[in-house]
Parts: sequence; structure tokens; C-alpha cells
Amino acid sequence: MADLFFYTFATFTVVCAAAVVGLKNTVASALALLLCLVGVAGVFILLDAFLLAALMVFVYAGAVVALFLFIIMLLDAQGGDRKPFKKTAYVSGGIAFALLTLGVLSFWKSGAQTTGVLGSSIVPVGATLKNYGEQLFTTYLLPVQIVGFLLLIAMLGVIVLSKKFEGLEDIK
Amino acid sequence: MFQFYFDLPLIVRLVVQAGAVILVLFPIAAACSMAERKISAWIQGRPGPNRTIAPVGGLLTPLGLAGRIPFLGPFLQQMGIFQLAADGGKFTFKEDPVPGHVNKFYFVLAPIIAMIPALTTIAVVPLGAYYAVINGQTILQPIVLANVDIGLLAVFAVSSLGVYAVILAGWASNSKYAFLGGVRASAQLVSYELAMTLSVLPAFLWMNKPGGQGTLSLFDAVQMQSGVWHGLSMASLHGMWGVFYMPVSAFIFLVALFAETNRAPFDMPESESELVAGFHTEYGAFKWSLFFLAEYCHMIIGSAVCILLFFGGWNLLPWIPLTTLIDWLSHVLPFATHPLFMGLVGIGIFVGKVFAFIFFFMWVRWTLPRFRYDQVMHLGWKKLLPLSIANLIFYTLGIALMQK
Repeated sequence: MADLFFYTFATFTVVCAAAVVGLKNTVASALALLLCLVGVAGVFILLDAFLLAALMVFVYAGAVVALFLFIIMLLDAQGGDRKPFKKTAYVSGGIAFALLTLGVLSFWKSGAQTTGVLGSSIVPVGATLKNYGEQLFTTYLLPVQIVGFLLLIAMLGVIVLSKKFEGLEDIK
Repeated sequence: MFQFYFDLPLIVRLVVQAGAVILVLFPIAAACSMAERKISAWIQGRPGPNRTIAPVGGLLTPLGLAGRIPFLGPFLQQMGIFQLAADGGKFTFKEDPVPGHVNKFYFVLAPIIAMIPALTTIAVVPLGAYYAVINGQTILQPIVLANVDIGLLAVFAVSSLGVYAVILAGWASNSKYAFLGGVRASAQLVSYELAMTLSVLPAFLWMNKPGGQGTLSLFDAVQMQSGVWHGLSMASLHGMWGVFYMPVSAFIFLVALFAETNRAPFDMPESESELVAGFHTEYGAFKWSLFFLAEYCHMIIGSAVCILLFFGGWNLLPWIPLTTLIDWLSHVLPFATHPLFMGLVGIGIFVGKVFAFIFFFMWVRWTLPRFRYDQVMHLGWKKLLPLSIANLIFYTLGIALMQK
């Protein structure tokens, strides 16, 4: 049953991701991205990471894609048509796809010996809220701090960019 | 007596339960549209719909028969009950025009997308509680379709997808007014989501004491508010409703809820005096009514979450939780602790509170004028957001000091 669900969600996600790149209309692309994110949330649920799945839908599907659509509509009311891809885009896409496939294959190759360990003995970290919070504030404290700092810089940048300065005095 | 039901496979039972909840939610949302017309009429000092009655052929239906009963029939007619059936019939059977200039696929998709999050979120909202005997112990269990640990987050996550219906409708209509409505909706809903999320955090800071199992479950939020009176001590705090010790949180949540459900004074996407009818300008007939059913479903579920977090859920009064009420009743009625009776009492109290909230929603809509768009943004970003952050810091410090 879980396998069936996994294949359904995985296929759904990949097809939607391809549609994001392939569709001509930008609004349709953004909607395909939305479906893709929901598919990823489904895969997270299969991994018992309920919190991550809910956050994925809440933050990315609920807010970020809505902002994407807002920007697309603000720039062009018709949704706009995408220019056809150039040759370089096809070549670089092909190379990226090959590298990714190689990477996944290498994982699969090295993981083939240890599959017995992977499935059973590792307790899912994100399964319960308490577990998740504890990990976030102990083992992964540094990444959290760095991400927080990045967000702070981005926020300051937005304030500087969007504030209307009266004269040169204000900037100093 | 009900053993045959529990012998069914799990998946069949789940489908039956989900179908039953939707079959109740859907007509209630439709009835809300009727209540809105009647309440707006009372507020504006006019009678409202009071003449519609089922035609002679309608005698075959239960509603048509009810209209012919002496005293009850004319009373129902005065209350406009039959207008509900007339409206429903009209929206279902009238011609459903699709304007020639719209993007057809997305135009039809938008009302469907509106209904999906509105009906899905009810799955994680607990509606009542009952005593269950598990391994010889009597435990209070919630009546809920899916009792998940992240209940509140799931509600927020799924209901935040409702914005796409409005954006899509506005964009696919290919008309300036509808488009402006869609753009307004996307900005407004994202803005108020922040304040809403921050305002409920203090409630969960109270719930998740150090050493406890971390949870965002809505059932635990109600359990937190169901204690009995212990005199003037800290223990009595347990029985108090959230709104009394978190008034600012409840206020911010309620204001953000008005904005999230696109209700006046925040109905920017619609604002009929500026944008004709906003995002649904080009819609008619059944598709139009689907948008409205979705709006009422959102209101019902939003009120339900607000009641669960701040207004005691299915507890009758502060310090009189459902369990105490059932204890009192069991002295009079021998079957009071039966799951069926207890469940019905809990659901009755809860639904009563939800209706009170729906009335409040309508009362506000027909009393306050609409905000200007810049006022909505100003209120959301410069007033509510700082207030909710200050509120969160206050409770974080307060709870930390209290538990020291």
C-alpha cells in the first residue's frame, strides 16, 4: 500500500515538475509548481514527517506560490508567454539531468549493501513535534542560526530598497 | 447494537464518516446564506424574505409538507426557510453562462478549487468528546475524523490553499475588475496569515509545558480549558477559557479570521462598490453559488477553530466542562455517560457556539463599513503584526517566569 502511494506521489511530483518547465503559460507553470509542492508534501507524509509536510503546504504552497502568482499578474495581466528555449538551455539541462541521475545512482549503489539498516533502526526525527524541536535547538542549532541571519540580511535589504529616501542626508 | 458498523472495513467506515460530515456541513453552509439575508434585513429594519412558500407540487417534499402545517408553516414562511429551497433550486437549474472571453479551463476549475480546502479542513477539527473504555480504563476521546498531532497546523495549511480559487477566478475571468479582485486577495490573505499564526502561539505555549509531549492537537487545546473550580488558586486557571487569559490573542485571531474569510469589513476581493463584484464578476448560477458556499464553509471552520482555542470548545461554561455536566446529568438520566448521548450533548454545545459566531460575523458585516485597501494593508502590517509579536514575547516571558 505504502509503495503504491509512493509511486503515485513520486510520479505526480515529477510530472508536475516537468510541467513547471515545459508549460508555455507562466500562470499555468506556477500552478504546476503548486501541485508539485503538494506532491512533495505527500511524500513527506509517507516518511512520517507530518510536521514537514504541513509546513511545506502552509509556507510554500500556501504563501510563496501565491506571491509568485501575485508578481506574475502584477507584471503581466495575461500571464505572459514564455520564449522558446535556446540550444544552450537544452544542453545545460541535459548535463544537469545526467549529473543528477549519476548522483542518485551512486547513492543507490552504495545504499544497496545497507538497506537492511536503513528501514528499521533509524527513528524518524521529524515524527513528533517535541523530537523535531529538540533536534532543531541542539544538533542543528548552527544551521538554524545561519538561516536566521540570512533572513535578517534579506529583510534589511528589502527595507533599504523599498524605503523612499528624501535626500542624500537620509542615506548617510 | 451498532456492532455491524464496526465490523465494516476501516476504509468504508472512514468514507461513510467523511461523507456524513460533509453532508451536514454543506447544507449548513447553504442555510448560512439564508440566515445572512434574514439577519441583514433585521439589522436594516426590513422584514427580509418572508413570502416564499413551496408550490403545490412541492407537497411531495418534506419541506413542502412542513409549509402546509397550521401555525408552524406560516412561521417558517415568515422566517424565510422556503427561500433557501427556492435559492438552491434557482442556482442549480438556471442557465450557467461561460463568457466568451474567459480562459475556460481555469474559469471552471476555480470554483471547484474553492470547495476543496473548505471541505477538507473539517477532517481535523474535533466536534465533541465521549467516554471510551480502552484496556479497562475510561478515557475521554475526541469525536473527529482524523485525530492528528499537528491538527492546528493542518487546518492552517489546507485553508491557506483557498486563496488560489480567488486568484484563479480573477485571472481566468480576463476582466479588469475580476483581475483586481484576485490581486487584492493574494496580497491580503498572505498579509493576515502572519498575524493569525503568531496570535495562536501563546495558546500552545500554555499547553506544551516543559517535559510534556509537544503537541498542536486541537483536542488538547480544549482539554487545557476544561477544569473545575479550585478556589482562588493557580489550579483554577486550568478551567478558564483561553479568551480570559489571552484576550489579545483571541482578538487578533478574530480580526485576522475576518480578513482570511474575505468577510466585511475586509471583503477587498469583492468590494462591490469599487469592483462591481470583484473576483466573481463574470460568474453566474451554480459556479457563483459554489464560491459562496466555500466562503461560508471557511467561516464555519474558522469559527470552530477559534472556539476550540479560545472559547472552550464543547464545554458549557468556564469551570463547567462537559465531563462535569455529564456527571450532573447522570444523576437524572441513567444513559448520560453513553457515548451517543454524551457525543450529541458535546456536539450540540459546540455547534451552538459556532452558530453564535456565524451570527457575530454577519452582525459585523452589516454594521461596519468596508476598509479602504491601503487601510487594510496598514492595519495588517503596521498594527496587527507588531501587536501579535509583542503579545507572543509577553506570554513567552510570562510563562517562563511562572514556571520557574
